Amino acid sequence: MISSQLQLASYLLASILFILSLGGLSSQESARRGVWFGIIGMIIAVLSTIFGEGIEGHAYIIAAIVVGALVGILVARKVEMTSMPQLVAILHSFVGLAAVLVGYGSYLDPETQSLIGADRTIHLIEIFIGVFIGAITFTGSIVAWGKLDGKIGSKPLLYPGRHLVNISLVIGAIVLCYFFVQGIGNEGMYALYLMTAIALFIGVMLVMAIGGADMPVVVSMLNSYSGWAAAAAGFMLGNDLLIVTGALVGSSGAILSIIMCEAMNRSFWSVIFGGFGAAPTGEAMEVTGDVTAADHAEVAQMLKDAESVVIVPGYGMAVAKAQYPIHAMVDHLLAEGKLVRFAIHPVAGRLPGHMNVLLAEANVSYDIVQEMDEINEDLPDTDIVLVIGANDIVNPSAQDDPNSPIAGMPVIEAWQAKQVVVMKRSMATGYAGVQNPLFFKENTDMLYGDARDSVLKINDELLRV
Amino acid sequence: MKVGIPSEIAAGEQRVGATPKTVIRLIKKQGFEVYIQSGAGIKANYADAEYSSSGATILESAQAVYDQADIILKVQAVSDHEIEMMHSGQVSLSYLAPGQNPELLQKLATKGVNAIAMDAIPRISRAQKMDVLSSMANIAGYRSVIESANHFGRFFNGQITAAGKVEPAKVLVIGAGVAGLAAIGTAKSLGAIVRAFDTRMEVEEQIQSMGAKFLTVNIIEDGSTSSGYSKVMSQAFIDAEMKLFSEQASEVDIVITTAQIPGRNAPKLWLEYHVAAMKSGSVIVDLAASSGGNCTETKDGETYTTENGVTIIGKLDQLPSQASQLYGNNLCHLLDDMGKSDDWKIDMDDDVIKRAMVTYNGDVNWPPEPLPVSPQKVKSTTSESNTNATKVDKSNSRSYSTVISLVFMGALLYFLGLYAPKEFMGHFTVFVLSVFIGWQVIWNVSHSLHTPLMAVTNAISGIIIIGGLLLTEHDLTSPMTIVALIAILVAMINIAGGFFVTNRMLKMFRKK
Repeated sequence: MISSQLQLASYLLASILFILSLGGLSSQESARRGVWFGIIGMIIAVLSTIFGEGIEGHAYIIAAIVVGALVGILVARKVEMTSMPQLVAILHSFVGLAAVLVGYGSYLDPETQSLIGADRTIHLIEIFIGVFIGAITFTGSIVAWGKLDGKIGSKPLLYPGRHLVNISLVIGAIVLCYFFVQGIGNEGMYALYLMTAIALFIGVMLVMAIGGADMPVVVSMLNSYSGWAAAAAGFMLGNDLLIVTGALVGSSGAILSIIMCEAMNRSFWSVIFGGFGAAPTGEAMEVTGDVTAADHAEVAQMLKDAESVVIVPGYGMAVAKAQYPIHAMVDHLLAEGKLVRFAIHPVAGRLPGHMNVLLAEANVSYDIVQEMDEINEDLPDTDIVLVIGANDIVNPSAQDDPNSPIAGMPVIEAWQAKQVVVMKRSMATGYAGVQNPLFFKENTDMLYGDARDSVLKINDELLRV
Repeated sequence: MKVGIPSEIAAGEQRVGATPKTVIRLIKKQGFEVYIQSGAGIKANYADAEYSSSGATILESAQAVYDQADIILKVQAVSDHEIEMMHSGQVSLSYLAPGQNPELLQKLATKGVNAIAMDAIPRISRAQKMDVLSSMANIAGYRSVIESANHFGRFFNGQITAAGKVEPAKVLVIGAGVAGLAAIGTAKSLGAIVRAFDTRMEVEEQIQSMGAKFLTVNIIEDGSTSSGYSKVMSQAFIDAEMKLFSEQASEVDIVITTAQIPGRNAPKLWLEYHVAAMKSGSVIVDLAASSGGNCTETKDGETYTTENGVTIIGKLDQLPSQASQLYGNNLCHLLDDMGKSDDWKIDMDDDVIKRAMVTYNGDVNWPPEPLPVSPQKVKSTTSESNTNATKVDKSNSRSYSTVISLVFMGALLYFLGLYAPKEFMGHFTVFVLSVFIGWQVIWNVSHSLHTPLMAVTNAISGIIIIGGLLLTEHDLTSPMTIVALIAILVAMINIAGGFFVTNRMLKMFRKK
């Protein structure tokens, strides 16, 4: 049995470890140490709680922990790196669910019922808010998971007046909060149920309204929500560790969302409240010119002739799992003394840093992986740019066409290079649903087909010549 | 709209403002009518017949061309005689060196000519396709190596043959702008050992990418400026630089100097004693010869050999066919940007046009407002110029909104303090401070680690398990305990899964 002072001390230690853990992620070298800080912090936090005062039912607790840990590790071990976004999304939903359950549990706690006056009011409001955020996170994450996994269509679901509906639902929830607080004993339960239903619905609609291309923002936004849910739970239980950790996670997710929004030139607030800003008016520019297609042998020859190569990967690379053959190709080109680099757009893929993770999985050395800003200056001097399964992030309309839906979004200026090869399955538009004039440029050749197959064939040609 | 191309009259100018290929583009893609003076392309090896089969109309005299055309495409700046032939409202595209020729600008303005100085096109990404300085420098860099090889009595590449060993030539390139880099590339591909010097640290990588060794002095001073050209360096730096050159002078076989600063005389970098220290048979190519030369011994327009046997080249062939083609393409790109024939428009709000259009509607428009080359900075200046008027308001409203949000926050805290229980205030303090800490820590996370960050924060948010732990009781039938146990279970899945997958991810990040 640990005294409550000792428990507080170990909570403080856990908080510090969590902060160090996040701080450790500022560089690759210290990142793994950072994860261990997090794990140790978590173990300290859980153990000091279990063996703290007033904890009952140790046997049940340990059984639940063991089962949960086994399930978690099994899932995490099995998942493929390309399905990472789905995994992260579904894990968020667990936090949301846990927050809802903790809220209900806390309401049913006899201790809660014994409170009176302002203490009771504040505590009930805390429960209400905690359940509200938790429920939104829960269903929002499930929908995000469904969208990322292709189980739900990625097209945004927009209906007229949805903002009005959302606002009235929130107002309804606030009114319910009043009845909830007024209810004596367990009488407020019905209000809590109703509000939970409303929040679950809002969570679904919030994410349904967002298109597939904006998924990185949604995932980091839900990450943020799960943090706030944990912090709310901390308030209702009077537990500082929960508050600290929840706040850390909440602000972390919010910052990631801001970074993603800046990368896509969208307003942070319109993302947080769902549905994104209105589409710009006016006709989009006509795309003129012809599309030229190349075959694998030609592309291989271009690579042979090039001195400097830049590869722009996108979600298509992840879908096709092309990172391994790409790594083989890059090694081959590097061995021939060519300058080969990867250009990563901040919103490439469906998750912040998605491309970096995939390339790291394929053992691509990270010092040749560069950010958009670093590489854009060098593109005019680059002989060939290979765009692999990317579309909107190399779309010149973002700069040239003020009426384009992606106008103003920073993009990788692939067209500046002497030669561009775009690997794509078809001429279909990207997630933003915009035509890409890059494909029609004189210095652009299209290479149709699955990215993995295409790269494998190019590799064969490279070895043959 | 009619485009006219008169012959170049300046002595030694072999280029021409349009080639048969660019004429096709002007007519077919841009919808212009093209008039060209007979014999305009002859020095660049383009015959009248080629132009007429491309669709151009051949006119006998320059006067006829100037009379017909709305837009004049030229290479060299117009002379007084040519200005007389021009008319008000005519647009001319040519080199003008606006910084050195204030009288010429005045004359053009008085005549009402809207003159675009191709050498004043700002060097921003968007305008690269029309940057004649780059396209011409590329040619000069290539040609400087070919020319030096011609005067150099040995191989460039090293060989070991039955007849003995051949040492590779050692080439020093001073100034790694476009011309310098082109020279490095050409010399490298001929097999020479190439070294390069530049005061701008940022070009080190570019030099190495072309395959040359970057030479530097032991003084940390970066010569880069926002204009993309280098600045004048401190005396200590210049001394060190001269010492470095002295060491190199006795070693290298070929020196190619390319250091030029627009609107000023070229810096003197290769002095008399450097030339004296060079081996007999060495070659110096001075690409800055026309603006005074980087080498004190250079004679502009001449190639000669010094007493100690060093050949100094102050004049380069222009490769007129190639140069005209690239120059013509640059002009076409500019005309493209200005709306072609159908939507022709002189847009003085355009970043490129407003800087290159040195005379407009009778006024001299020089010097232009500065525009930094780096693409990020360009963005901020454009938005600044567009929103100059609203900018003041904005900063005002920003400070207002800061005040308002502070007042709002203060009021909120006041009411919280009035009504909230003491315990809550304690937690609230912890909460707010934690948000600030999180805010500070997360901004440092490197971009490539965002996915691991998300997985870690996800795992950490599983701390909600503590909520479940605190609520569990012995009694398995109580709804509270059941709810709490489920919460523990799902939170634990999250913790274990989150940490495990983060670790898996980070294991993959590596550096060679």
